[in-house]
Amino acid sequence: MVDIRSGTDRALGPAEVEDVELYHPHSWWTRYVFSQDAKIIAVQYASTAIAIGMVALVLSWLMRLQLGFPGAFAFIDAERYYQFITMHGMIMVIYLLTALFLGGFGNYLIPLMLGARDMVFPYANMLSYWLYLLAVLVLVSSFFAPGGPTGAGWTLYPPQAVLSGTPGGKDWGIVLMLSSLILFIIGFTMGGLNYVVTVLQGRARGMTLMRMPLTIWGIFTATVMALLAFPALLVACVMMLFDRILGTSFFMPAIVEMGEQLQHGGGSPILFQHLFWFFGHPEVYIVALPAFGIVSDLISTHARKNIFGYRMMVWAIVVIGALSFVVWAHHMYVSGMNPYFGFFFATTTLIIAVPTALKVYNWVLTLWRGDIHLNLPMLFALAFIVTFVNGGLTGLFLGNVVVDVPLSDTMFVVAHFHMVMGVAPILVIFGAIYHWYPKVTGRMLNEAMGQLHFWVTFVGAYLIFFPMHYLGLIGVPRRYYEMGETAFVPASAHTLNEFITIVALIVGAAQIVFLFNLVWSIRHGREAGGNPWRATTLEWQTPETPPRHGNWKDLPVVYRWAYDYSVPGAPEDFIPQNQPGPDNLTRETAT
Amino acid sequence: MSVTLIFLAVIAAIAGWWLSQQRMLSKPWLEVGQHHDTRPQGRRPIEPAKIGLGVFLAVVGALFTLFISAYFMRMASTDWWSTPMPKLLWLNTAVLASGSLMLHAAKVSAERHRDDASRTALIAALALGLAFLVGQVFAWRELTDAGYLLTGNAANSFFYMITAMHGLHIVGGLVALARTILTTRKGPIGSKGTLSITLCATYWHFMLAVWIVLFALFSGWANDFIDLCRQILT
Repeated sequence: MVDIRSGTDRALGPAEVEDVELYHPHSWWTRYVFSQDAKIIAVQYASTAIAIGMVALVLSWLMRLQLGFPGAFAFIDAERYYQFITMHGMIMVIYLLTALFLGGFGNYLIPLMLGARDMVFPYANMLSYWLYLLAVLVLVSSFFAPGGPTGAGWTLYPPQAVLSGTPGGKDWGIVLMLSSLILFIIGFTMGGLNYVVTVLQGRARGMTLMRMPLTIWGIFTATVMALLAFPALLVACVMMLFDRILGTSFFMPAIVEMGEQLQHGGGSPILFQHLFWFFGHPEVYIVALPAFGIVSDLISTHARKNIFGYRMMVWAIVVIGALSFVVWAHHMYVSGMNPYFGFFFATTTLIIAVPTALKVYNWVLTLWRGDIHLNLPMLFALAFIVTFVNGGLTGLFLGNVVVDVPLSDTMFVVAHFHMVMGVAPILVIFGAIYHWYPKVTGRMLNEAMGQLHFWVTFVGAYLIFFPMHYLGLIGVPRRYYEMGETAFVPASAHTLNEFITIVALIVGAAQIVFLFNLVWSIRHGREAGGNPWRATTLEWQTPETPPRHGNWKDLPVVYRWAYDYSVPGAPEDFIPQNQPGPDNLTRETAT
Repeated sequence: MSVTLIFLAVIAAIAGWWLSQQRMLSKPWLEVGQHHDTRPQGRRPIEPAKIGLGVFLAVVGALFTLFISAYFMRMASTDWWSTPMPKLLWLNTAVLASGSLMLHAAKVSAERHRDDASRTALIAALALGLAFLVGQVFAWRELTDAGYLLTGNAANSFFYMITAMHGLHIVGGLVALARTILTTRKGPIGSKGTLSITLCATYWHFMLAVWIVLFALFSGWANDFIDLCRQILT
């Protein structure tokens, strides 16, 4: 028996959090388009992110067509191939994953899960979305600009990014890309301030930090990281714009281009790499932490069991967030650095594996002897755990300098980061959409289409990326437009490439089924009711589904943590967070 | 990047201190009831806008710290000649500092309900802010006339770029200040108006501090300090 605190010592009245005055829209335009309601903004963010994500998906098809069947499609020349690579990477990492997790799920879930009426600065929140949309439009416009989009690779390394040998280097491509990123960062900062301050100040009475669902912990920590990491990208973008447009030499060394000495001199390309990866590595966790949080909630809800080691999960999120700021140079092992630095960054990189592994153990232990419902959110959550472990293990390989150096420029790296920060977070996004769609629309997504989508995506992702590890180990280089006649690449590697391409086309097509499901179910889905998953968190306890503007009639009061599933003696197998309930109905043993 | 890491360590210390107040060791699965909320009762919670500004200043701080980091890293190249600082910058610094003083006066007057004094101080601060920007442009002119052009040397490039960035932030502050002047123009300055003035003052103090650090950086005084740090580290 452990000490259970009784509720009589400092009883408080319920109205401790002052109710806020809401902005009330007066027209259709301010209600649904220039809306200040976080829920509408969330849907706007998510739709825009998914739309631009589909562009990136098509780009990956085109790349795969070239790799699988080199030269079969005349319009994919080397320049276009590099443009496709660049845009695919940048869109997926920033404009899809970051925007969807923080702008989409953050906006929808933070106020609802914390029992707030809205974000604290709704106007800035609205501006955040419109700046994001503008950033996306600027990015898309580079497809139509003279010279096309930049082909510098998503890392945009100078000097090649701003030279004429790279597509878009001396045209509009790189300028539009950098401008779009700057707009995105300004927009994100407005949204990010909202997410952080809402978590700090907007929580309902009784919602202590340690009662917040892990989804909120993940999004909150990721937002704090993003607010501190994105300035590095902003600085890099501004300085590169100066180099490109005004002719300064921040990053540009003395260079001869087409037999002509450029006016640049003395600049340091490595400086850009430091700035870029100072943003770039936290970015991995900006995407991963919300995924960690969401998957914890999905597993707990659909296994009808409290999350195992809640405190450890929270601490791990915070520790991962802090550590991810001191590992950036492991992306630069091949750039040349003091060996002691390599040693330092390899060590910090491997240390991150400790809290991460802890989270994986806790997910598995939550599942252990749980009442596992193999519905779509759970399937995606399970798929995430497996995929994340796979991608994480290859990360341990690449974190070591001696292993990384030979593998760095091979398909092994492509396989690694697609598993760990491509497929894994996307699986969580799918799971989360299947989980929260009923709250957003009031209807369930179609189960049959969902099953098809899941199995094709999950199995297909493995068929695509597992062979890529092998390709990398035999030395197939990444970033190459075509292999040509290479002695060390056997013919079987080409066959494998064809196979990967065909699977990629099929997996991509499965996403169209998912999109169709999203649209079709708005009208034809099964009615969901307010709490179809019988979940404990506050967003499922709203008086209306979908929640109206303002979310609540009276602000909810929170009496318990977010994971009271299958509490012994309780009449149902879940107790909502806002249900007072008798004090003796709580866990008697610590988990 | 060591400057940035030091800045982050400070942020991490603040975050760690705050987290230590949040009962991170509690066992939420054992605690049922609403009495475990540690937020102060009775006393009004801190205004969200103040916290928002604090977080925003951390972001702005990160931005300028990264510029400074880049400055030091680029400085290590052999083609670096420091840019001479125009004497005018001393005057600009004084102007910016007196703007800061004016805003502080406006805040204090508003809290003591001396509304007219507060309004006058706000307008004086706005004028001083504009004067600072004009002064910066004159400092630029002085440098370009002396032949220190943007592309001439990386030190010049950094000077123009970072002062422009700082200027942009001042412009943003002036917009907020102008809005505050307009909203507090008529009637007694209520708690909302006082809050706006306080926020403007905080922002201005911060931008003054940033400017002093930048000025020290460009003048080369920061180098001695950095050399000292390097010696300690190696």
